[in-house]
Amino acid sequence: MIEAPPSPNVLTQPHLVSDNSSPMIAVRSLRKKIGQQEILRGVDLKISSGETLAIIGRSGGGKSVLLKHMVGLMEPDGGKIWIQGQNIIGMNERQLGAIRQKVGILFQGGALFDSMTVEDNIAFPLREAGERDPKILRSKVAEMLEVMEMEGEEEKMPESLSGGMKKRVGLARAIIRRPLCVLYDEPTAGLDPVVADSINRLIRRLQQRFGMTSVVVTHDMKSAFDVADRIAYLHEGQIYFTGTANQLQQSTDPLIQDFLLGRSDGRGD
Amino acid sequence: MVRFFNALGAPLLSFIQYLGELVMLATDTFRSIFTHKLRWKLFLNQVVEVGLLSQLVVIITGAFTGAVFSAQTFFQFNKLGMGSAVGAVVSVSLCRELAPVLTALMVAGRVGAAMSAEIGTMKVTEQIDALRALAVYPVDYLVVPRALAMMISMPLLVAECIAVGIAAGYLVAIFMLDINGTYYMANMVRWTRSRDIIMGLSKAFCFGILIVFISCQKGLTTHEGAVGVGRATTEAVVNASLAVLICNFFLTMMFNIIYPAGYQ
Repeated sequence: MIEAPPSPNVLTQPHLVSDNSSPMIAVRSLRKKIGQQEILRGVDLKISSGETLAIIGRSGGGKSVLLKHMVGLMEPDGGKIWIQGQNIIGMNERQLGAIRQKVGILFQGGALFDSMTVEDNIAFPLREAGERDPKILRSKVAEMLEVMEMEGEEEKMPESLSGGMKKRVGLARAIIRRPLCVLYDEPTAGLDPVVADSINRLIRRLQQRFGMTSVVVTHDMKSAFDVADRIAYLHEGQIYFTGTANQLQQSTDPLIQDFLLGRSDGRGD
Repeated sequence: MVRFFNALGAPLLSFIQYLGELVMLATDTFRSIFTHKLRWKLFLNQVVEVGLLSQLVVIITGAFTGAVFSAQTFFQFNKLGMGSAVGAVVSVSLCRELAPVLTALMVAGRVGAAMSAEIGTMKVTEQIDALRALAVYPVDYLVVPRALAMMISMPLLVAECIAVGIAAGYLVAIFMLDINGTYYMANMVRWTRSRDIIMGLSKAFCFGILIVFISCQKGLTTHEGAVGVGRATTEAVVNASLAVLICNFFLTMMFNIIYPAGYQ
């Protein structure tokens, strides 16, 4: 069933930034409980086409869960999600296929197919879409590896790649079919600052080169400030704040200040 | 009494849920076989994995089962002066029971465990989520090739097991037990009917389906990392083996109605 997307004024929380353009992704009153723990308690969020939104929040706060809902990998207990105006809640796996061609996702660990080479991993979405010409496949993989600054690594197996390289290959695989939107799950987690910076630059470059909408889930504040047009702070299962990096930094809210400064005073424990 | 039924309730419900998940997976797989494009490369890889690489295990199982069954039957029948009937007993037993059941148990241990571990590892390392995120339905990609390979390979493996078992039984009977080869063969051919072979191969097909769905379901529902993969693999082998043994009884009773044993 296709439902109309929410108009901007449906999202009534004042901290939500709204604009008049049609949202790429809209989330309304999203709730999710895992076991006894209520992870999401009514998330409202709108992501416009072409923008980069960083979702920040404490570890285990439900950021990755929210991201997985956006591509239909998890089913919520309540609420709605629209991708380009199409409500994805209640769709079955096959119906979600069409949505997933519009939205790529980079998993935290890369989630590369460990029985395939780098080349086969990156070419996988094209092969699945019916492309069989080895020349076309090779040239598209080479183009992606060039974007990822990983030329000549086609024959390597995932087990011989570093964490940063795995993420690049995972990203290449996610974007080879040029999705409209890319979701990044902790793209810099576990990487040294230099590699993390190169991933941040890559996210920016992809947005500039292909005009993709990006949603970056991270608890790395440097990464959030580097890549995001807008930052959303997820706290206790709800979006507590959305705004630009400047607005976030200038906020006097003690919760936000604690998070930005990495202060632990027992609050929320 | 109430407490007894309360205690019984949770495991019973979880068992019913498990059966439901198996049926749903099977339904999904068969629907996909008939409505979606087959990935031939994956299917052929699985035929090699399930069929070709199980050769040694099946040949050894068939050979030594046929040999020992031939010897044991002879030790009993010879007292009654029925040594030459050994061939018929070995052949019919292998066709109807021994080859399908033992091959299924070996395949459950070798292939079922591998399927469950492979799919389970993919699950806990988010590779299955990656498949889904790339708009590839995991049942189409992972279960359909395995199910088809199993449905084709199992009857062939059982046929091979029967043939090797009969050959091994013959060799033991002729060269070690001094049974007359002509009578041995004549009795075997006389009492072994095509329905015995059909029954064995039909059982093989059913066991193949049981093993593949039990193993894939365990893999697809794996959680809790490496420990979960280990648990799923063990449960897949145990459940598949038990399912084979239990279903074998019901299949035997059912096939005995369709193809009565010893009927001329």
